[in-house]
Amino acid sequence: MKPLLKIKHAVKTIYNDDDNLNILNDINLTINPKDFLVVLGTNGAGKSTLLDAITGTNKLTSGQILLNGDDITGENLAKRSRHISRVYQDPKSGTAPRMTVAENLLLAKRRGLPRRLRLRKLKENMPEFQKLISNLPTLDNRLNTFTEKLSGGQRQTLSFLMAIIQRPELLLLDEHTAALDPQTSKDLMELTNKIILEKELTCMMITHDLSDAMKYGNRLIVLKKGEIILDLNKAEKDKLTESDLLQYF
Amino acid sequence: MNLIVSTISQGFIWSIMAIGLFITFRILDFPDMTVEGSFPLGAVTAVSLIQSGHSTLYSLLIAFIFGCLAGFATAFLYAKLNVPILLAGILTMTALYSINLRILGKANMSLTKSTNIFNQFGLDKLPTNFNGIILGIIIIAIIIFLLIIFLNTEKGQAVIATGDNETMAASLGINTTVMKFIGLMVSNGIVAITGGLIAQQNGFADVNMGIGVIVIGLSAIIIGEVIYPDVSLSIRLITIVIGSIVYRLILMIVLQLGFNTNDLKLISAIILALCLALPTIRAQFLKTMRNGVKTK
Repeated sequence: MKPLLKIKHAVKTIYNDDDNLNILNDINLTINPKDFLVVLGTNGAGKSTLLDAITGTNKLTSGQILLNGDDITGENLAKRSRHISRVYQDPKSGTAPRMTVAENLLLAKRRGLPRRLRLRKLKENMPEFQKLISNLPTLDNRLNTFTEKLSGGQRQTLSFLMAIIQRPELLLLDEHTAALDPQTSKDLMELTNKIILEKELTCMMITHDLSDAMKYGNRLIVLKKGEIILDLNKAEKDKLTESDLLQYF
Repeated sequence: MNLIVSTISQGFIWSIMAIGLFITFRILDFPDMTVEGSFPLGAVTAVSLIQSGHSTLYSLLIAFIFGCLAGFATAFLYAKLNVPILLAGILTMTALYSINLRILGKANMSLTKSTNIFNQFGLDKLPTNFNGIILGIIIIAIIIFLLIIFLNTEKGQAVIATGDNETMAASLGINTTVMKFIGLMVSNGIVAITGGLIAQQNGFADVNMGIGVIVIGLSAIIIGEVIYPDVSLSIRLITIVIGSIVYRLILMIVLQLGFNTNDLKLISAIILALCLALPTIRAQFLKTMRNGVKTK
């Protein structure tokens, strides 16, 4: 199987006056199509830095990133966004507050595409947006609501829908349920899993929740001090208990 | 009556500047001090061109282009060289003072012997001060129409998204740097047109006529928002016009009460401060009222 993403010898160094720190220390990682990769690790392990490097928000000090065999290491965020979408931890990071739910979805529908001087097609897209949110009680009938009026859970659900409305080759979830209350977090996680499986998306999800890490995904890696110290497939993962995982922290 | 008509006329013309300022202040979500330089830039450009025999419409077109260039300079400092936006605007504004002096050749120039747009196209046949109202309405209608069309294009939506949430916009592949350039250029272009119009209405251009214009523009925007808090973007542009007229009427009343005209800028700043504080004062008042009702 041809890998979707290949990270080769990725190093990210922060230069200080007296000490240089490798946030990512020679990371090698291959993600295949339909992988649902769960990433665990303590704070400062390099999880978000790794996502930043994949999206192009933060460039690597050295190393290479290949997407579908093409070297994207030097490509900027805008070019990579055509293939990669991301949901942030903070519900406010992923949506435009003074635009409506429908306007946000329309923006996301053109992810990575040039923004032309032609009229947007909001009305034409409304049936599709309505269908998208019809099974979500939190967002139903809220297409014309300004995003700033939504709760954190509603905004994060919208962020997730924005990330998948135009099928991404790689979906990155950066602790996307961490800022929500337990019930909302559970609901969003179940929706996430359902859509990933239904649409057969390739996903890389960072989480601090061990039970989510055990329950979801078909692969699990643990990062520690910028290195991958554990990489398990579905069968290996299923043999582990939460307490087994704890020893890696 | 004539005073009220004159005040409303000024409200219409100044609202064009406020609409320009709205693009940076509310859509892109940052304060742009460039307007204090691009406003007189439009004035001196228009007056110089009219004095040298060019048509009034041509003078406004060139004023718009020069205003766009001023916005480009600020955008370059801010978006390309990472100069903080406030400082970038101040730098361009300061540089424009010398450029304005160069264009005009002196500190001020009168237009009294020349024709101006307020007495052309049949406007001179209207009753006193109604020419300003009619011309204002025509120009405002054109600018608002074009802005609404632009803001409803994919590019316009990208400009709004950039001001609303730059992280999100960038992650969706929007070139936020380009959007800042577009916003700053269009904004200062519109402000420069207003400079050209005010110079023609007043009959002169002065290199110092930009001092305090940002307060006038902000007042119109804030008053519009206070009167009409929750409206769509298209309606918001119209509320700015209403805000501008209300602001001018407040100033007129204050001056009629006998305040010294030398205190005009002080009064302007106080009106803006009051308008900015009004939502907080109103919330505090409602909270006190509610607590009072509960206690009873």
